[in-house]
Amino acid sequence: MDIAIVIFAVLLVLVLGLGFAAGRWRSGDMTRLDEWGLGGRQFGVIISWFLIGGDIYTAYTFIAVPALMFGAGALAFFAVPYTIVAYPILYVIFPKLWRVSAKHGFVTGPEFVRGRYGNRYLALAVGITGIVATMPYIALQLVGMQTVIGGLGITGAGFGAHLPLIIAFLVLAAFTFTSGLRAPAMIAIVKDLLIYLTIIVAIIVIPAELGGFGAIFAKIAPAKLLLPKPPAGSGGLYSGYATLALGSAMALFLYPHATTGVLSARSSEVVRRNAVILPAYSLMLGLITLLGAMAVASGVATMPQFAAGFKEFGTNFAVPALLIHTLPPWFVGIAFAAIAIGALVPAAIMAIASANIFTRDIWRQFINPRVTAGQESMVARLFSIVMIIGALAFIFALPLKYAIQLQLLGGIWMIQIFPAIVFSLFTRFYNGWALLVGWACGIGLATHYALLNHLAGSIYPFHIAGYTFPCYIAIATFIVNVVVSTALSPIFHAFASDRIHDVTTEADYG
Amino acid sequence: MSSPDWSSREPEPERGRRVSAWRFLLLIPFIGTLWVPFYNHALPAVFGFPFFYWYQLVAVPLSAVIIFIVYKAES
Repeated sequence: MDIAIVIFAVLLVLVLGLGFAAGRWRSGDMTRLDEWGLGGRQFGVIISWFLIGGDIYTAYTFIAVPALMFGAGALAFFAVPYTIVAYPILYVIFPKLWRVSAKHGFVTGPEFVRGRYGNRYLALAVGITGIVATMPYIALQLVGMQTVIGGLGITGAGFGAHLPLIIAFLVLAAFTFTSGLRAPAMIAIVKDLLIYLTIIVAIIVIPAELGGFGAIFAKIAPAKLLLPKPPAGSGGLYSGYATLALGSAMALFLYPHATTGVLSARSSEVVRRNAVILPAYSLMLGLITLLGAMAVASGVATMPQFAAGFKEFGTNFAVPALLIHTLPPWFVGIAFAAIAIGALVPAAIMAIASANIFTRDIWRQFINPRVTAGQESMVARLFSIVMIIGALAFIFALPLKYAIQLQLLGGIWMIQIFPAIVFSLFTRFYNGWALLVGWACGIGLATHYALLNHLAGSIYPFHIAGYTFPCYIAIATFIVNVVVSTALSPIFHAFASDRIHDVTTEADYG
Repeated sequence: MSSPDWSSREPEPERGRRVSAWRFLLLIPFIGTLWVPFYNHALPAVFGFPFFYWYQLVAVPLSAVIIFIVYKAES
């Protein structure tokens, strides 16, 4: 494995250096928040493609989705319809958000909501939802990186074993501070090229070694090869699968890091074109998911040399074990570096996006309204470090299961800002306070049902008139949120309309 | 690090874009991939891939083509 470690280390050092150099790329005035936190809103089609792709298809995705395939089978393939239907949503909705945000200088989603309703408490709710959902997400990127470092044979509970991870993320914090969004934009290019290279090689070499795709699928237990047929009177896993895909897609671009990726584009045209070309990543994700099936077929689960890895990382170790077992060591170094760099890009963007929200929607609104532009940028840069160090602390101080549970909650919370952001792009029917009540109902109910599932699953079997409808909790509670917001809006408007506070005009939405 | 040509030929200004009935085409990816009974079968298999898997993988580029058609129609 020595050659793998050397290649892994060289690639990582190279990329971390690139992070610092990125600050000088089409450099701007870093004392302005949109320069630091949105890269100056100047990325064209290709850079945005790498940035958004590198941002939403994360290292944890590459580890956890095939791990689910490895453990649960066909259910894991929901990632494919999820990342198919996300793009019609991107095409229809987010060019509008780009236009209104560029016109008014909004840097975050919550800022748009505040501009639309003049309601800083609604914006606060939207912003905090984003930050809280993002925290465990950064922590899970560390897990993705930890897993491949473990795969290289650097394992154990001691400080020495954690050192590579700690160093990588401290360096990440440093170049995020100095370079802002330009750093992950530049690194994403390297990361994605390495990821595409890895998956193309893996998808050709590994099936050839295992006797072809027919032989691979033949080794999957019949019960896991397809979704089980629903029992009479129930939607079974069919409704669970479909609602999981739809709900995840609706929430995807509401995550602060995804919104930041969209808003950093040069024009709304760049966003529209990316809705056409980003699905290339979805195809790659589908193929990566199949690595889980290949891991089953290869029999790595019972090989003694991988026993320690599976014991420490569980099914997350399936892909690293498969790659070590089937590929030459030098290529394992490249593949693992791709995954590790795949952790750095989203982690940096998540920290930056959270920092933008903290600065614009919390600090400036509730702590120091008289903050200057330079101070504002500095607050954001410091908060990005807090987010990254916080994620490190999260992973080392708490059991992994908390990060996974909080991530699950994050997904079903995130969709609750859909009415406030998306509906508001199309209509001014809603009232800010009504949206806030709807949001609160959605968050409360979502948490309630997730707790009924003991935070172990996000699909809950709802009973409607004698029929059982297993549904992604996010979708069911989103419907309640919409009903409440819609029913209360005319009532709130009748007492105190907030339409006069709207700083946007019809023309801003294009 | 200059952007390739494709990104520099953007029509400006931002406004005046057509929103058309072509958008209804965007419903196809939703219907085709979210109605599980369409594709939860092992057969017909292609290159060893059960139908369930290759159907959904093929749906990815097809959906991108549909978005491209709508994009072209509205440009």
